[in-house]
Amino acid sequence: MLNYVLARLLTFIPTFIGVTLVSFSFIRALPGDPIQVMAGERGISEERYAELAAQFGYDRPIYVQYWDYLTGVLQGDLGVSFVTKRPVWDEFFSLFPATLELSICAMIFAVALGLPAGVIAAVNRGKFFDRALMSTALVGYSMPIFWWALLLIIVFSGNLQWTPVSGRIGLQYYFPDPTGFMLIDSLASGQKGAFLSAVRHLILPTIVLGTIPLAVIARQTRSAMLEVLGEDYIRTARAKGLTPARINGIHALRNALIPVVTVIGLSVGTLLAGAILTETIFSWPGIGKWMVDSIFRRDYPVVQGGLLLVAVLVMVVNLIVDMLYGLINPKIRKR
Amino acid sequence: MSLNKLLATGLLLSVLGVSAQAQALVYCSEGSPEGFDPALYTAGTTFDASSHPIYNRLVEFKVGTTETIPGLAESWEVSDDGKTVTFKLRKGVKFHSNDMFTPTRDFNADDVIFSFDRQGNPENPYHTVSGGTWEYFGGMSMPDLIDRIEKVDDYTVAFHLTRPEAPFIANMAMDFASIVSKEYADAMLAAGTPEMLNQAPIGTGPFKFQAYQKDAVIRYVRNDDYWGDNAKVENLIFAITPDASVRYQKVQAGECHVMAYPNPADVQAMKDAEDIVVMEQEGLNVGYLAYNTQMPPFDNPKVRKALNMAIDKQAIIDVVFQGSGQIAKNPIPPTMWSYNDEIQDDPYDPEAAKAALEAEGITDLSMKIWAMPVQRPYNPNARRMAELMQEDFAKIGVDVEIVSYEWGEYLERSKAKDRDGAVLLGWTGDNGDPDNFLAVLLGCDGVEKSNRAQWCNEEFDALIQKAKVLSSQEEREELYKQAQVIFKEQAPWATIAHSVVYMTMRPEVEGYVVHPLGGHIFNQVGLKQ
Repeated sequence: MLNYVLARLLTFIPTFIGVTLVSFSFIRALPGDPIQVMAGERGISEERYAELAAQFGYDRPIYVQYWDYLTGVLQGDLGVSFVTKRPVWDEFFSLFPATLELSICAMIFAVALGLPAGVIAAVNRGKFFDRALMSTALVGYSMPIFWWALLLIIVFSGNLQWTPVSGRIGLQYYFPDPTGFMLIDSLASGQKGAFLSAVRHLILPTIVLGTIPLAVIARQTRSAMLEVLGEDYIRTARAKGLTPARINGIHALRNALIPVVTVIGLSVGTLLAGAILTETIFSWPGIGKWMVDSIFRRDYPVVQGGLLLVAVLVMVVNLIVDMLYGLINPKIRKR
Repeated sequence: MSLNKLLATGLLLSVLGVSAQAQALVYCSEGSPEGFDPALYTAGTTFDASSHPIYNRLVEFKVGTTETIPGLAESWEVSDDGKTVTFKLRKGVKFHSNDMFTPTRDFNADDVIFSFDRQGNPENPYHTVSGGTWEYFGGMSMPDLIDRIEKVDDYTVAFHLTRPEAPFIANMAMDFASIVSKEYADAMLAAGTPEMLNQAPIGTGPFKFQAYQKDAVIRYVRNDDYWGDNAKVENLIFAITPDASVRYQKVQAGECHVMAYPNPADVQAMKDAEDIVVMEQEGLNVGYLAYNTQMPPFDNPKVRKALNMAIDKQAIIDVVFQGSGQIAKNPIPPTMWSYNDEIQDDPYDPEAAKAALEAEGITDLSMKIWAMPVQRPYNPNARRMAELMQEDFAKIGVDVEIVSYEWGEYLERSKAKDRDGAVLLGWTGDNGDPDNFLAVLLGCDGVEKSNRAQWCNEEFDALIQKAKVLSSQEEREELYKQAQVIFKEQAPWATIAHSVVYMTMRPEVEGYVVHPLGGHIFNQVGLKQ
């Protein structure tokens, strides 16, 4: 296992360099530059432009800039935002816990509902429940996030007033946030009602962000289960007289999990993409909105630093998923 | 706890109605500030969060007007040659304190000098702190204008200018001219954390900065030692909410009291709603179509006039602004002093337009219209606006091709003297002075820069140059009114619209005033019990 992980880590190196190249060139390939965007209608004199370009360091040849960026990255320096003038690293880690907290909740929501739904649909193949579930999943998968979020807000926050409209916690609660995870910090604060307020604020964004992964997981679980249920050993198990719960729950599900885990791993990318819209609508202070804003402002250091960190994150998650395969299926471990 | 239980508990609690807002005014703002030192930035969102609650300036704009009133300066005098402005400073003004700093002295001349010196003097240790680019200081020509700043005594400061400049007083009321504490700056420099000046701001304003969580919330508490009238509420909270529909939902649900920038499409529903108050005012801006007056046939004012008559502005207001705009006839907005209301707008008359073009011997004209790629207050949808104009011009036999570039490119290319086509653009006022529109956008100095019409009219330019150096506002007003007459005759632009700014709030909000300069100001705002 250790060798396997080490071998996988080695493959990180070329991927990592590739990502730095792509993130570096992607934002520069867009027309326009940050100084002009900053100056707006007011315009800027040539001298001032040259001064600022020198200050931002992009009057130098492009390969020099890339080299500086790469050496900076290797030393853990991602540069300083053109706009806020704060280190990219600090900004990322002040916002990332919010994204992570929401993504974890959304994933738990998606797995907790999607897995059983898929299993039940497969077992009841062709019956009403199966059809209803699969059509719902199709709708869920094709739902425009923006519209879905507003619909939920209008119904549950506006009309029914069951949940707050947006934000992470009620404004009356104010405490230090050492971890950045609101659920943990609100518990640690000891303030009465803070934790529940944080939970209530999480409900709608979790549902919105978890909807697409939920649909994907339910559909994937169903088809993987159907495949496994047709295998000989399931027939054998049935012939042995095992209970349906034991057959479906243990013999079938465990073998159906490999493709499902793959989908869950891939959903991390989807979650981060979905987080951009979800965070904007729910005023959720995460990295999604931060990165979109920086693209519009041509804030090069933030875009390239943010992309790099997100890419590394996805790589690590994929590594974890690969390791999970081994846990689920010993055959893969031994190979 | 299972997720289902969590959901159930959450729902139950919300049914029980857990909410508490003790004496806090909550403002749903549209975005995060870039920082808290207004001199470093240019965005209105940043000024709302920094210069208005936290700081003061020597001169202030009276809220709700573009009129200047004393701020940290009790009075000022302009010398006879107009080149020296002497400010008498207010005594007994206290700076805020925070965990890192407690002031040992009151505000004085050193703070004023430091606030400007750091922006203009490359030797000042704070000049490069926080990547200082000092956009507005440069943009308002301060480096050329200010020769030196002299401390006459602890409570008297003289600005020596290189030329007389009437708008200088109004410039001193702008956000970049906010006064910061020199004592705090020195302390932070000594502690090796000069960036705190921007991140943990200390000012003299009606609210003290308490905390900021990026993209989430900004908290302020009332400054009980304020030199002016104390703020009405104890706590001021900015709940950062980027989506306009969500902001409205939050106002309805009582999660915030005031919101900025409603969707124009929602405004009618808001006005109809019983428990929502909507305020409106024309924005201090103008959206226009600038012809290139140096390229034939647009060098002929009669051609430009004819084209102006072909534009159905009411249709643009209805479609592009969805009603949240007002037809513009002058290059300055109606809320600005010296607005010449006697001027008649060009009538919408395609027949007359066509005849006027033919009279100039122009048939088969084809032209380009440049449409901006971004949304601005003075033009929410330039592409749509250009399409409407394309249809209008087709009616008089003028063929229009619509072009666009990325925003930075657009701004840059549209400055070219030999530019092909008319450009859609606009302007939002900085200091409430007509010079800030007429000289910047239409003066001869602006050709190949901010004067997108490339229009240099000697008579017009002489008037605005003269008005710039006079100190009597009445005399200036007369000159600007004449300048607007010339503008209308010469028609370097088709003036299109001034946007209307809406503010949406709950009925318990008292004393809110829409500020023509665009800021959202809460010093005088209270909450009914």
